[in-house]
Amino acid sequence: MKIGVVINGALCEREAPENITLLHFLREYAGLIGTKEGCGGGECGACTVLLDGRAVNSCLVLAAEVDGKSVRTIEGEMRDGEPSELQQAFAKRHAVQCGFCTPGVVMSARALIERNPKPSVEEIKEGLEGNFCRCTGYVQIIEAVLEATGQPASMQELSHA
Amino acid sequence: MLETANSETLRQIGRSPVRHDVADKLTGAALYVSDMILPGMLYAQVKKSPHARAKIRRIDVSRAKRLPGVRAILTGHDLDYRLGLYVVDKDILAKNEIRHFGEAVAAVAADTLAIAHEAVELIEVDYEILTPILNHMDALAPGAPLVHPDLASYDFVEAAFSPQPGTNIANLTKCRKGDVEKGFAEAEWIVEREYTNPSVQHVPMETHVAIAQWKSGDRVDIWTSAQSPFTVRDLFCHTFKLPLNNVRVVIPNVGGGFGGKAGIHLEPLVACLSRKAGGRPVKFQATREEEFSLLPCRSALTYRIKTGVLADGRIVAQKMEMFWDAGAYADYAVNVTRATGYSAAGPYEIPNAWVDAYTVYTNKPYGTAYRGFGHVEFFWGLERHMELVAQTIGMDPLEFRRKNLLKPGAITLTGEVITEHNGDVRKCLDSVANAIGYGALTPAEKAREARTGLKIGKGVATLHKAPAMPPFTATSVVVKMNSDGTVIANVGLTDIGQGSTTAFAQIAAERLRFPLNKVRVTIEKDTDRDPYDWQTVASKGLMLTGNALMLACADLLDKAYQTAAQALRADVCDLDHDGDKIFIVHRPEISVTFAQLSIGYSYPDGGAIGGPLIGVGRYTAQGLTNLDKGSGQGLPALDWTYGAHGIIVEVDPTTGAYHILKIASAYDVGKAINLESVRGQCIGGMVQGLGTALCEGYIYDQQGHLLNPSFTDNKIPTCKDLPDEIDCIIVETPQLDGPYGARGVGEHPMISVAPALGNAIRSATGAELTHMPIRSEDVWRAMNSKPPVETWITKTPVGSCRSLPVDR
Repeated sequence: MKIGVVINGALCEREAPENITLLHFLREYAGLIGTKEGCGGGECGACTVLLDGRAVNSCLVLAAEVDGKSVRTIEGEMRDGEPSELQQAFAKRHAVQCGFCTPGVVMSARALIERNPKPSVEEIKEGLEGNFCRCTGYVQIIEAVLEATGQPASMQELSHA
Repeated sequence: MLETANSETLRQIGRSPVRHDVADKLTGAALYVSDMILPGMLYAQVKKSPHARAKIRRIDVSRAKRLPGVRAILTGHDLDYRLGLYVVDKDILAKNEIRHFGEAVAAVAADTLAIAHEAVELIEVDYEILTPILNHMDALAPGAPLVHPDLASYDFVEAAFSPQPGTNIANLTKCRKGDVEKGFAEAEWIVEREYTNPSVQHVPMETHVAIAQWKSGDRVDIWTSAQSPFTVRDLFCHTFKLPLNNVRVVIPNVGGGFGGKAGIHLEPLVACLSRKAGGRPVKFQATREEEFSLLPCRSALTYRIKTGVLADGRIVAQKMEMFWDAGAYADYAVNVTRATGYSAAGPYEIPNAWVDAYTVYTNKPYGTAYRGFGHVEFFWGLERHMELVAQTIGMDPLEFRRKNLLKPGAITLTGEVITEHNGDVRKCLDSVANAIGYGALTPAEKAREARTGLKIGKGVATLHKAPAMPPFTATSVVVKMNSDGTVIANVGLTDIGQGSTTAFAQIAAERLRFPLNKVRVTIEKDTDRDPYDWQTVASKGLMLTGNALMLACADLLDKAYQTAAQALRADVCDLDHDGDKIFIVHRPEISVTFAQLSIGYSYPDGGAIGGPLIGVGRYTAQGLTNLDKGSGQGLPALDWTYGAHGIIVEVDPTTGAYHILKIASAYDVGKAINLESVRGQCIGGMVQGLGTALCEGYIYDQQGHLLNPSFTDNKIPTCKDLPDEIDCIIVETPQLDGPYGARGVGEHPMISVAPALGNAIRSATGAELTHMPIRSEDVWRAMNSKPPVETWITKTPVGSCRSLPVDR
């Protein structure tokens, strides 16, 4: 069937199977590989995108369901060719290691700060709890979200004995 | 490598520059094998066994073969190859006998993933179900059915391993120091107990995935999400008897490894499918469920420790027996057994020691390397045991540990003499004890207890680990200068997330005395292009590859200076350089830029000297030896990284539910190259260690079916599981042969989190935990059946008020 999704502001129309998930539509039909598949079952959050502004697991959404709707992915996170405040903060705070969960984490953080521009540490944890990260231990991610929202970011520095 | 490490003058080391890989990872541009689609590529699926142990009576692939779009089907009998890192015991697809739940029995390559799925469903397998051997202790019993009846005929690495044909023992590692029986005779107290933990899954966020194309002339290209390109290539060629220059292995970004992507996994299967499909590239990516059972896990362990101690707290003898559950294949489990065998006593000096470490085959998914390489598992038992011994003799556990810690002049289990340059475990331990206010509750903590009715406890645990690697482990680096004076370093070590790309760029920039933006280290690895590096494992990369990189930079500068000396008509000894140029020290206005030298220096008339500037550095671990098989004596350790954790826990004495209020961790890293990267390793490893401590582990039914191969049933920590407070402390005792004094800390943060937690819970509630993970119900059970400390005492001093248990 023909599916048309507005991705990062541009309409993407493709002939695709009616049972294809939004995740696979993005990766295989729209050529946007930034959104990752970690489990395919809605458990890990690696495939998080924004659907009409809400963070969703794109592996649990059928592309046909979002025909005509608006989706934002990690590829739409740059601002006029420059890294967004979130991307800059993630880089600065070393909130990225292997990077496979990163696109999903950034999109969850994006959804969070759009509805809550100054989230507390507890609110950040609530907002990101659906995103697994096996590398970072989350602390530097939380610091990055604090930093991006103009809040004191250091939870605890490395100290020398 | 330490001669240039004057902290005052360091410009790149000990800072926190932004990682060099983040721009791509934060925009979705970073390429992983999961993302790759090659022209003409086929998709593979695997038919997996639903049984833990069975004979394959018959496989019928005829219906699958007739499905349009199916290009290749393979079963075990099509493939006459066996794989194995150390013991060559595994077929690419099971032949005749199934040895674990989820094992691959057949594979299909098809035009689409959907067709491949359908084809696998059409394959019919007739099994004769056999009773599986599931418990590794049962597998040791005389007369137990054999998982590998043909063990005697398998090839294995004789220098390091000792399989026991006719049993389920894939390896037995022995270590003997002093006279353990004499030590026990001298001991005033003897305390013995057994500690256990289950198998655990690594959970890289990118599951295992490989693409291979078997081209004409038996030339094979492989793209894989693996840790070690050269190991994949070399083992692949060994299996298929191909020259090493026929096979090229490429590794782009890797979505996490944690040891699970060391060695070789899916590559031979996809390569065979490609060959069968006439040379079209074939891709296979494991589902999350397959990641749990088709691919390997961490081995379960039963650890028995018997300690003889004097009344003043000195340990005089210790007998340690480790029983590692390898699962169906030996893979890395035999080497985990070897490495933990020689580390088994932890950072303590034991004058009389005896270690027997067994790797035991069972009918379960097989064990492999996992961050910490066995140390997470055995330190659970060891550091719970040290706590128990201290309690038994009525000594404070921290004081007891201090008394027995390795000090300069101490001799390890294998006969290595520790020096002050090895690092300072006592400083690590004291730092974390101090950070949690060990030994007493603060007034605020007491008030909190009174307010909440919950119990607060504090515990500590130490850790150590050396890289587990062959004594001849080697690495090499090539540093190339471009015609604008910028530099690219080709490094065979893979950045699987640990940040090595950035740390190496800092080391190169420091050694070259260049600005960091002039240096780039390759992210994608390619065995045709990059110089040899043994493996990306063991926390040895920073030290070994870092050293090779420093030597390569020195070599490049040497060559630049030689050409510059000619061009400037000066002696090399009169030259110096900055980030742009080489100049004469006493006439600095006379200079030549690196850009002018980079591809050979050209005179005004066009004639040239020199040539492109390329530096080569090679480094091999030095002074190491194989271990004597009878005594375990020898020098296995490139370096030791020491550390410790301290935990404050709050426990509900009614339910056993608990919450971690604070964790403080300290490691002697020698020299931190990138502070935020070190912190990322410390916190990331600690949280992975918390997963092991709190909740993770494989659960099987009586028939050996894995019951929890998903994130719903096998939880891993989320950001809501973080302790309230996290302290990361580094100690910097320079490693004399490390780059700028650095040593590795990739695996260590995961080790000993669980026993620190167990000790803190014991201190809060008296619950004696001997099995991890520590779930709330385990705490509840332990609180409600508190055996007295005497339960584990088998010898007491004359006149002691403690009595031996009646049943001993």
